[in-house]
Order: sequence, then structure tokens, then C-alpha cells
Amino acid sequence: MDRSQGRTGGIVSGGNPAPATFTGNRALQIEEPLIFEMGQPGRCGVDLPEPPPTRNDRLNGLRRLGEIGLPGLSEPQVVQHYTRLSQKNYAIDMGVYPLGSCTMKHNPRINEKVARFAGIGDLHPLQPVSTVQGALELIDRLAHWLKTLTGMPAVAMSPAAGAHGEMCGMMAIAAALEAKGERAQRRTVLAPESAHGTNPATAAALGFTVKPIPANEAGRVDLGALKAALGPDVAAIMLTNPNTCGLFESEIVEISSAVHAAGAYFYCDGANFNAIVGRVRPGDLGVDCMHINLHKTFSTPHGGGGPGAGPVVLSAALAPYAPYPWIVKNGDSWTIAEDGARVDGQPLGRLKAFHGQMGMFTRALAYIMSHGADGLKQASEDAVLSANYVMAALKDVMTPAFDGPCMHEALFDDGFLKDTGVSTLDFAKAMIDEGYHPMTMYFPLVVHGAMLIEPTESQAKEDLDLFIGALRSLAERATSGKAAEDFKAAPRFAPRRRLDETLAARKPVLRWRPSNSFKQAAE
Amino acid sequence: MRYLPLTDADRREMLSVIGARSVDELFRDVPPSARLGAKVAGLPDHLGELEVERAFQAYAAKNVSPSVAPFFIGAGAYRHHVPSTVDYMIQRGEFLTSYTPYQPEVTQGTLQYLFEFQTQVTMLTGMEVANASMYDGSTGAAEAVLMANRVTRRHKALISGGLHPHYRSIIQTTAHWEGYQAAIGKADVEGLEDLIAGIDKETSCVVVQNPSFFGHVRDFGKLADACHAAGALLIVVVTEIVSLGLLKPPGEMGADIVVCEGQSIGNGLGFGGPYVGLFATREKYMRQMPGRLCGETVDADGKRGFVLTLSTREQHIRREKATSNICTNAGLCALAFTVHLTLLGEAGFKRLAEINHAKASTLADRLASVPGVQVANDSFFNEFTVRLAKPAAPVIEALAAKRILAGVPVSRLLPDDPSVADLLLLAATETATDDGMDALVAGLKEVL
Repeated sequence: MDRSQGRTGGIVSGGNPAPATFTGNRALQIEEPLIFEMGQPGRCGVDLPEPPPTRNDRLNGLRRLGEIGLPGLSEPQVVQHYTRLSQKNYAIDMGVYPLGSCTMKHNPRINEKVARFAGIGDLHPLQPVSTVQGALELIDRLAHWLKTLTGMPAVAMSPAAGAHGEMCGMMAIAAALEAKGERAQRRTVLAPESAHGTNPATAAALGFTVKPIPANEAGRVDLGALKAALGPDVAAIMLTNPNTCGLFESEIVEISSAVHAAGAYFYCDGANFNAIVGRVRPGDLGVDCMHINLHKTFSTPHGGGGPGAGPVVLSAALAPYAPYPWIVKNGDSWTIAEDGARVDGQPLGRLKAFHGQMGMFTRALAYIMSHGADGLKQASEDAVLSANYVMAALKDVMTPAFDGPCMHEALFDDGFLKDTGVSTLDFAKAMIDEGYHPMTMYFPLVVHGAMLIEPTESQAKEDLDLFIGALRSLAERATSGKAAEDFKAAPRFAPRRRLDETLAARKPVLRWRPSNSFKQAAE
Repeated sequence: MRYLPLTDADRREMLSVIGARSVDELFRDVPPSARLGAKVAGLPDHLGELEVERAFQAYAAKNVSPSVAPFFIGAGAYRHHVPSTVDYMIQRGEFLTSYTPYQPEVTQGTLQYLFEFQTQVTMLTGMEVANASMYDGSTGAAEAVLMANRVTRRHKALISGGLHPHYRSIIQTTAHWEGYQAAIGKADVEGLEDLIAGIDKETSCVVVQNPSFFGHVRDFGKLADACHAAGALLIVVVTEIVSLGLLKPPGEMGADIVVCEGQSIGNGLGFGGPYVGLFATREKYMRQMPGRLCGETVDADGKRGFVLTLSTREQHIRREKATSNICTNAGLCALAFTVHLTLLGEAGFKRLAEINHAKASTLADRLASVPGVQVANDSFFNEFTVRLAKPAAPVIEALAAKRILAGVPVSRLLPDDPSVADLLLLAATETATDDGMDALVAGLKEVL
């Protein structure tokens, strides 16, 4: 029997003078095996009654014969296991999480509470509509807020995440072009080189050819280049605003006018909406559609990578093509227009089963109601103020990528690390030892060694000051020219040191196997 | 405002460090025509926590909660009991408020549970590899067809009439806008559909569901052979994951891709979302999979650790050449799934499935004795179809008025098919009670 139970104790770090422990643990850092290395037959974490006797099963002779292979654990073991795993994660609840473009803001617990209310969290999506009037009203209320805040006449609520919303918006554009008989001719989508990867991926999935638009020296779309690229072959531009460099596209109105004059549509990636809620309505900028990441701007938890929600607001030109389903108000009651409903428009189809990410709608609406129109505006202003404060406090020791005020995120390049032997990656990993999650690194691609810092509105000034102090200290150490080896060795104090990503990709081990996959991978 | 830590004094001090007189200066790049002077009109100001709670209690009060009504609705979303431990675990801030694990040194918690999740998914489905989740089963099914098109370099999918109508509709939508053919079988109410005759040399994949939308349990071994002989892939969809505690897994039937809705394990009904899609395939197709993958590796000290891997398939690296545009997935719902399945273990999961099947068998037997009700299925797991003596939609409304949530009229999901007007789909899980069945039987006798 393997007494280590999958633990890898006893290994002493080369750079760590502390002695090895028997368990491999380091006080609160507990080495934790996989559940498959812990289970024992005969243990179970639930008590279920004996199944009632039945004469014959109705399984058509297709009963599973073999073992599934699932481990047996008791309830306390399961609690301890996942608690220990949780303690290996950084999280918003622990401190500054400055991951640019991700809007890691406070996640209020009242949102979790109301999403679990009986009569909300336990509803079946296909209950008779007469029994879910409150749920439909709730969705309609959130839709009203989203339309009003963006100044757009319609919203498609069903997309499951930002990228799914992009798919929805770009399908709506394809549908509008098809209705005009121009879909075969307009095959090009323009996107800045700084765009999120999802933008070109979405456009390409729909058969469009993606043509990059260069940025000007100020980090914005080069209007001249854009105008030159517009023509009868162009279906749409996909543009993030504020853009991925953390800047407001100052010529946005000229851009949308030129795009519309060329017969194309303006898709706005709304990932950065948090900077402008209550101060700018995208509808006033000439946007035709924009997805809203409820898990960014409206604080539904990121959950380790989802679930999200990506409602898409639509202009009058695109509203007729919105996908099924949507909520319809008739006097004092609500119904759902589902597949096959007779409607005026030409719905593009269906993108998701049922009615969208209701659990996220509930949390987002609770967040929005808690803030109100006044609080949402203040939140955006504080997010922008905090980013500019970080920028101003670091600009003498790090190198801002662009001049002038930023929006809700501060972008630096790696100019200050030139000839130090320290890379953006090393710098980010050193932040971990200081107790911070790194900023977004190497994105956007248009800035060399990019470091994108988004503090959000959720941090107290004292906490921003400590964070700034840590970054200043790291920048000074890095530029001293004597600390490259230290940076290369970071992080030292995290649950794991740098992981071998090349090994993971070269010999992919994507599941545990009884033969002990770890030993095989290590050999 | 309770969520905003900055005081007016902080703001003044920060502005002075920035060298700006007011926050308006920071927004100077916004074109003057688009600057909002005051707050957005027509929206209320902020509320305290108590007021917010009351507002949501008011919404909840206008709904009929399944916890207070006899309940037999399924059709792709199932009411199961979720242990308290599950909800406690997913509300731990370290899981709830963390992001996609791009920095593996400080996200081993998320990465390890994703590795456990992927392993559990391969075990349940009988497949070799699985990804770290999709948005849900329905979007996963559409991604599976796209993957089959990539693998086979063909563009014609054959879709069973036993596939959930919403899943079918999503595949039709992606087929239309992403440029491939999807041939859809007519509603397979009897579970007798033969898809083999429809396969040809251009078929990229055949998509079936087990148990089917109408509840039938079928062996797709011969269909898999026919697919493989023609160079096509077999995609098996499972919308009730609990069924795999009792049924031969799709991997043993020869499936090439298996897509499941994982909601039943760990995740509440939540009015349709968020749920969690499970996506599994053969090792040889691993690099054509959509979505995130978690893999095992070692750190600089040689300790086992986990990372997101094979990201050269993904949009943030490959951009327009990515296998999918997916970024966010369903991480926290995957955690709920994994915690619940770990609590159940081999014995608990199988027993849960046995109980579900027994409850549904009891319900079918009881309904068969009601005049005007005819059970359409010979085989089922925890859900089956009945033919009523009159259209099902008004029957369901009449029962709802008696506070009985009796099932889904098939016409709600297939409104253009008049042949299904009298069909009602009912599910019984471990949450079904004898009292609830009594109420349903009595209600149906009155209404029919």
C-alpha cells in the first residue's frame, strides 16, 4: 500500500532552507491527494433509503454491469478535502485581484442569498408560465435596467457568457445582412489587433474573414486605416470600448458613423462596461449590439471560470433578429416567446436550452438594486479613479504604455524591465509572493510584455497603497539589476512553485487512472 | 454605499496624486455628445440589504415553488436532492470569488477539482478524456457537432428525433449560421427510429440521446458500428446524468463523443441555469475538443500540480483558428457536481439511480390505471411519455391551478407538430412522494 496516498512530501526545495516535514505539509499548507487516492469501498457521504422493490426493471436490458470506479468517502472527508483545496486558491475575498479585463470586484453575499430563495432558485424552467410570473417579472426587470443603462431598445437575455453573447450578436448581424440579401457579399469583419481572442474566434466560426485594424500611437483605432478598410465586403466591426488598452475610443462616434455609412454594423465588446456605467450609454455611440458580462460589470461571481452570463443589447436595426426566447408582457402578466411563437421579426434561432442563466440574472439584479442609479455611477467613477491612481503612483518606476488618463484599467509595458533579465512573467510571479494575484500579463498583444492592472472600485485606498508599495518595491528590485535570479525563482511561498506547462502539453494527463498517472508522467 | 470603500477625502487625495481637478477630467476622452450630465433617468437609487431581500421575496411569492407542490417535471432539467455540504462548499469565497486558473501556483484548488471532475466524467460516460465543462448540455451538443465536422472534415449531421427539442433547435441555429447541414428526424415518440439508413459518405456525425427526450432507453452499438463504417462519429447526449448509475454507459456502446447535462448532480433547477455541460471523447480526438482542459504536471520542486493545458486550441492563443470561441465555462457548477458525486461515491450514485428508476416505475404503473392515460414507453429510466385522451397543455394548466406541477406537454417544445398535442412527459426522481403521486392521480382523474 502506498502510504503517501498521492502526497508528495519529503521533497526539499533547492532554494528553501526549511527542513522537510513527514507529511510534506507546511503548517496551513496541506498537501492533498485526489479523491481517487482517498476512497474506500463501503464508505458513502449520503444516506439514501433502500430502493423500493420493483418486479422488473424497464431498462431494455441495458443495465450497467461493471464498476464505475467512483471512490467512497464519508461526509467529513469530503468537507475536509474540498476545504483544503479551497485554501490553495487566491480569491477576491482575500484581497486585491488586479486581473485586467476581468473586473474582479466584490461579490456581495446578499446576491447569493436571494438566488437561493424558494420560489426562485428551485423553479423548473418548464413549469406552466402561470406558476412562474415572478420569475418572468424578475428577468424583465433586469432587462429594463440593462436597456436603460445602455440606451438600447432591446436585449437578448439567453447567452450563457461573454463569448456566447458575441456569437449571438454576430449571428444577429448575419441575420440582418441575410434579410437584406447582403450576407454572401459582406464576408469581412474588422477587429483591432488589440481585440480579445474571442472576437476573431467568433467571427471566424460564422464564416467571416477577420481583417485586423491597426492602432494609432495613442492606443486607439486608426480612423484613417479603418475608413480605408471599409467597403461593400465589410459586415461589421468588432470593437471593445473602453478598449483593451484601458482607453476610451475618443473617435468612437466617427467610427460608428463611418461603419454605418459603409452599410456595416458595429459590434461592441462590452467586457469593459464597468468603466462607464451611468456615465456613457453605448446606444449614444452608435453601437448596434453589445454583450454585457454580468460576471464582470454586475458582479456575479467568477466561480473559478464560470458560470457567467452574457445578455446582448440590440439596436432597433438588429432587434427583429433576437434569438428565442424572450419575455413578453401582456397587461399585468408575463409570457415567454419560445420556439415557433408567431412574431413580427425573424428570430435567428435558439442559442441555449430554456431561458438563460437565471441564477446570474438574480444575482446581477440584486447587485444593481443595491447600487441603484447613483451607486452604479459612483462605482464606475471609483473604478476609473482607482486605476488612474495606480497608474499615477507607479508611472515613475514602471512604464505606462500610453499617455493620458486611462479608464478602469492601467496598462504598462515591460520597458522598465529592459536589460534587467526579469520578464513580465517573472514580475507577475513575484507578485504572488507578496500576497497578490498577478495582473493580466501579455495581453493586449499590441503592447510588449503587457501588464494590465484593473483594481476595480472595491478596494480601500489603504489597500491600494499597500499594493502600490509592493509593486514599487518589486520594480525597484527588478531594475537594480541584481535580482533576476530571485525573480526567476518566484513564487516561493505559494502552494506550488512554477509549474511545468510544457510537460503538461507534451504528455497530456487529463484524468487520474488507477495505475497512478503521476508516476508515469514524472518518468 | 456599502460596497464602495473610497471616502470623499480619499477621492480628493487620489485626484491630487493623479493631478486632476475632478473625476470628470478622467472621462475627457468621451465625446461631449455622449457624456451624461446627471444619473441615467428613470432608474431608482440604491437600496439597503433589507429592502433588496424584500423585493426578491415579492418575486418569489408570485411563483409556485416545487418544494410546496407535487412535482413531476423533467424534460432536460431534473429535481434532485442536493446535500447541504455541496452548497456550503461552492459558497466558500476561495472557490466562489476566484477566476479562471490562469496562474496555477495560486489556483491549485480550482485546478485539482477540475482534474477530479474530468476523471469523474470519463468514468460515468465510459470515455477516455473529458474537458473542464461546457456552459450546459445543450450548448455542448452543438459544440460536439462542430467538433465532429472538424474531425471528419464533413458538414452533414444527422440528428435523432429523440433529441431534446431545444438541443435540436440550437444545432439547427448553429448549422444555419456556421454553414453545415443538419438533417432532423421527426419526433421519435415510440423510440423505434432507425437512423442507420440515413448515414452516407458525407455524414459527419449522428446525434442521439439516451434515454431519449421521450424517455426510451436504447442500445446504440449497431448505430455506432454503422457510423464508423461510414467514417462518421456517434455523438450520444445524456440529459439525465443520474441514469448512468444504472445504464450501460455510451462509451461501451461505441460513442465517439458524449455530451451530458450535469445539472442533476449538485445543481438546483434554478429556472434553467446556470447548469454544467459534460463533454467527453476518445483520446485520439483530444486536440479537437472545445473548452478548457486541466492536466497534471510537476512544479519546480517536482511536486505534482495541475495546469490548464493544450491551450493552443483556444481562442486566447489561436484567435480566429481556435476550436471554439469559449472562454468562461461553468467552473463553480462543475465543483458542485464533483462535490455531490464525491459524497455519493460508487454505492450512493448507483443507489440514487435505483431509487429514481423505482419511483418512475411506480408512477408509470399508477398512471396506467387512470382512465384516459396510456403510457407510451416500454423502457425508461426516470422519465416517460403518456398519451392523454385530450390535449396535454390545458390539462397541465388545470392541474397547475390545483397546485400540481404535473409534467411538460410535449407541444410546448414541439409547437409545430400537431401529432404530439396529446403527449405529456413526466419524471419521478427520489424527491417524488407517495402523497404527490396520489395528488397527481386524483387530479388527472378530475381533469381528464
